[in-house]
Amino acid sequence: MIQSFFKTREVILGVAILVLLIAIASRFPAFVAPRNLANVFNDTAPLVILALGQMAVILTRCIDLSVAANLALTGMIVAMLNTIMPGLPIPFILVIAIALGALMGLANGLLVWKLEIPPIVVTLGTMTVYRGIIFLISNGAWINAHEMSPSFKAFPREVILGLPVLSWIAIFVVIGFIVLISRTPLGRAFYAVGGNPHAAVYTGINVGQTQCAAFVLSGALAGLTGYLWVARYAVAYVDIAGGFELEVVAACVIGGISIAGGIGSVGGALLGALFLGIVKNALPVINISPFWQLAISGSAIIIAVAFNATSNRTKGRVILKKAEHAQ
Amino acid sequence: MLANTQGIENVHPHAAQDAKPVLSLNGISKSFPGVKALSEVALDLFPGQVTALVGENGAGKSTIVKVLTGIYQPDEGQISINGKPLSFPTAQDAGEAGVTAIHQETVLFDDLSVAENIFIGHAPKTRFGLIDRKEMVGKAQELLDRIGAQIDPGVLLKDLGIANKHLVAIARALSIDAQIVIMDEPTASLSHKEIEETYELVERLKAEGKAILFISHKFDEIFRIADRYTVFRDGQMVGAGKITEVSEPELVKMMVGRSVDQVYPRREADPGEEVLEVVGYCHPTEFEDIGFTLRKGEILGFYGLVGAGRSEVMQALFGVTKPSKGAIRIDDQIAVIRTPNEAISHGIVYVPEDRGKQGAIKGLPIFQNVSLPSLKTTSKNGFLRLAEEFKLARDYTQRLDLRAAALDQDIGELSGGNQQKVVIAKWLATQPRVIILDEPTKGIDIGSKAAVHEFMAELAAEGLAVIMVSSEIPEILGMSDRVIVMREGRIAAEFERDDLTPEQLVRTAAGLSEVTS
Amino acid sequence: MSLASSEISTTGRQLPDRLKSPIQRFLASWELLLLGVAIAVFILNSFASPYFLDPWNLSDATFNFTEKALIAFAMAMLIISGEIDLSVASIIALASTAMGFAVQMGAETPVLILVGLGVGLACGAFNGFLVTGFGLPSIVVTIGTMSLFRGISYIVLGDKAYTGYPSDFAFFGQGYVWWVISFEFLLFAFMAVLFAVVLHRTNFGRAAYVIGNNPVGALFSGIRVPRVKFALFLLTGLMSGVAAICLTSRLGATRPSIAFGWELEVVTMVVLGGVNILGGSGSIPGVVIAAFVMGMVTFGFGLLNVPGIVMSIFIGLLLISVIALPRIAHRILARRKV
Repeated sequence: MIQSFFKTREVILGVAILVLLIAIASRFPAFVAPRNLANVFNDTAPLVILALGQMAVILTRCIDLSVAANLALTGMIVAMLNTIMPGLPIPFILVIAIALGALMGLANGLLVWKLEIPPIVVTLGTMTVYRGIIFLISNGAWINAHEMSPSFKAFPREVILGLPVLSWIAIFVVIGFIVLISRTPLGRAFYAVGGNPHAAVYTGINVGQTQCAAFVLSGALAGLTGYLWVARYAVAYVDIAGGFELEVVAACVIGGISIAGGIGSVGGALLGALFLGIVKNALPVINISPFWQLAISGSAIIIAVAFNATSNRTKGRVILKKAEHAQ
Repeated sequence: MLANTQGIENVHPHAAQDAKPVLSLNGISKSFPGVKALSEVALDLFPGQVTALVGENGAGKSTIVKVLTGIYQPDEGQISINGKPLSFPTAQDAGEAGVTAIHQETVLFDDLSVAENIFIGHAPKTRFGLIDRKEMVGKAQELLDRIGAQIDPGVLLKDLGIANKHLVAIARALSIDAQIVIMDEPTASLSHKEIEETYELVERLKAEGKAILFISHKFDEIFRIADRYTVFRDGQMVGAGKITEVSEPELVKMMVGRSVDQVYPRREADPGEEVLEVVGYCHPTEFEDIGFTLRKGEILGFYGLVGAGRSEVMQALFGVTKPSKGAIRIDDQIAVIRTPNEAISHGIVYVPEDRGKQGAIKGLPIFQNVSLPSLKTTSKNGFLRLAEEFKLARDYTQRLDLRAAALDQDIGELSGGNQQKVVIAKWLATQPRVIILDEPTKGIDIGSKAAVHEFMAELAAEGLAVIMVSSEIPEILGMSDRVIVMREGRIAAEFERDDLTPEQLVRTAAGLSEVTS
Repeated sequence: MSLASSEISTTGRQLPDRLKSPIQRFLASWELLLLGVAIAVFILNSFASPYFLDPWNLSDATFNFTEKALIAFAMAMLIISGEIDLSVASIIALASTAMGFAVQMGAETPVLILVGLGVGLACGAFNGFLVTGFGLPSIVVTIGTMSLFRGISYIVLGDKAYTGYPSDFAFFGQGYVWWVISFEFLLFAFMAVLFAVVLHRTNFGRAAYVIGNNPVGALFSGIRVPRVKFALFLLTGLMSGVAAICLTSRLGATRPSIAFGWELEVVTMVVLGGVNILGGSGSIPGVVIAAFVMGMVTFGFGLLNVPGIVMSIFIGLLLISVIALPRIAHRILARRKV
């Protein structure tokens, strides 16, 4: 009884990932070499970071479809900033990226909080607006590697203790989230707002404000990822990370975060993202065209959401004594 | 105190000699578009005393609770605690001022642990500002022990039964160290034993010196546990005083503004031939071995405690849930009912208990609500005929004496009683043979209640077979020809009306030993 | 209150049918406001460019919205019933890919039509089955099938394209029935009437409203909720198939990125048309006017040489503001009353 559903969900997902790795390793042992796994993790780091932000949003019964556009816009702005002022120190760029992302998240959050517009409508709208703004400020032009300063490009790739900075940032975000979710009032408020908004009001939690906070968080992480993404791939243009929001939502759904709000865990989101990351990286290794990836993540979403629903189905009231004992 | 109660009946001069009120409301008014929910209401709560708040639905009880807990801001008036004027801009502020509420339906969070539920919003923190889990679980355990609850603070709330969830809500109230505890119909969905436990808790809270506002519809419990009473009617405070100085009829009179002796329409029971026979109806978890017959022109009452499985049986008869075993015979013919649609075509209709969710289609106009299950007859080849729909709606709403502005008015804009009339009208329009009414007068005003009762009697007189599920003993006794009592998913007994006393009903429903009367 | 003595006295007051006449209702409707916007856009466009009022240009302008509007009609019903289908653009991609594949197999136009409609129906059935069979939330399901359907197109086509459609196939997206009236526009007009009748004048349409307002109440009123919802997904799939035929015929080629992002424009069109995104209310005439507004704005921007992506900013802002503005206005009015 005490064993919660998330725990079993995490175990299942963990086992699925292991089985996947073993299956790949049986034919391509090089894939599971620590070195390669570290690469896979590094590759999945942006997804991990965004999935955690998205988790906060989904926990509060909302959804943020604008994360990829937010990422791309922030990435473009910091890249342009870098071309204008190549000397700008990296910490400064990080702060700007996070602040810009948070600002865009705030725009979403305020529309949801103050005007009570359904989150899916708000973020579908801002998704196109943010993308459109990239075109407006860049005139559709690309910013290429040679236009960016070396330090700007180097930061996410710098290796500390055997792992690139990008991986470390993802790890810190995961740790930060564990603390945030389990040990802070805001983290608990996410669950309360999503689990029972009506009751949340009575416990002194402002539902709209909490949802807005989740959007700001998700936006800030998208902004951070925006810089890391542009620097790592050393290019910025209108369509970077196009459709990535779906992969982020997929990671959450696969990780067992209920779209109806209030249910989910950091471990689930992390494993969901890793699962997709491993699949994505394994495809070329086992000689399957990367064009398969979209269909695979689509199928994974459908299977995961079906699984979530069947294991979470509410049972009718048990009235009969003997039935109660039988359970 | 005296100033608050000017112009109010039943004020006793020596009331002022009591202890000072810990909380006073003075001249509180609150309006919503089109409605004045509260007008210049006064309310005093005293330490170590239970004040019962009584009033009909819509009298302003839930509004005052929302004002007290910081959900609503009053337009006018003053809240003071220990003589100090205060305001509660948010629920947080109300909590900090020592006001806490335990709500009607246990409103907490299924996917948080018991300890987290108790401390959400005011969890103990470490010096880094993080939630101190150890401390929180320890304190939660203390609180649970204090109220005699055997619950592990680490389990998720969703793994608890309804009664235990309730105890968690109470522990939460205590955790705030509140001076003022509001209990909003705390016994509404509890079993007999759990209700007794709740009363014990109330006594304990009293002994600790808390001021308790106890909202209830049950007069027996008001007279049992309350020290004082306050009566609301139409958003106004119409009476207050000590419970020992008032009688039940006086309270009812204040509530409804006139004296109402609960009169039920007199009927000559003249049941005709049998229309419905239920044999060996079973469900894996909800009910077992249900069998009964129903005749034309008969009103068959179903009594039992909340959660005895009455609604579940009715919903199976109506095809919403599927029984695992058993059969239904209609006019001696075996009838298969797997969907509400099939039930309707067999002439069985169901007026559900949860009017808002299952009965009224809010957002749609009255006439579309009425015609909904009859669309097959009002339409032609699948195409709507609005004129037919209006005609049907006109006829049936007139028969039920519906009070509304026009037939194209949204049903959501009507009062509870009038919504219920529309729901009944929509089922009558299908010209059923058996009508099942599940708590037909729950939450509707006394005027509408009488109209519904009268109408039921009339339907039976016209030869309709009526099943009435009710938890109100006077209603069961006043309306039924026969009564079936259910307990824990089974039929506990069947009575003819003539040889039935309220005590028998209560004892059978609660599973107490037989009375010899 | 002597209830016991009452003879049968239930003949109460007879209620009037309507509080406001249909004309009064129309004067206070969203549709009228939208019609005003449409006329304003029309006038602005005719000032902005001397070429706008040319019949052939106007006819060209309709291609901007007809295909999307075909899906929007079905989507409007689906959203009114409280569900949503975000996979419509991906259904177009899959249906178009299937038609392209059939062409490679040597299929003629009638077969292509059947393939396009069949794939649309199958995709709609798949969505409907997942939503009604398992009780899954349609938003997530269709985000999943949105990836899946287009993903299959990518698997089949990769970075290639199907071309070589038969010449008579071009009629559906490029043909004219009479003078400047294109086949697509005629189809749009026909479907607008058909859907208006289905939604507003049939039991099926009424069921969509009932379910959108109160799904449990609908079930308790004898409506076969899963069946209606399944039919609506099927219909949305079918209309996506129809749109796929028109679009493929107009472009004469299939790439996996075909109709990318259309789901957003279709939803915007529906919401702009006054359909409540949370279900329960809306009308087909509203969606028709919204289609004209969006089409003419796109065309006007085109005449002014504004790039497409700027258009999408406008659509995004439009989507948010059509919901936000009435709420803000409502709030200001409410404040003034107090």
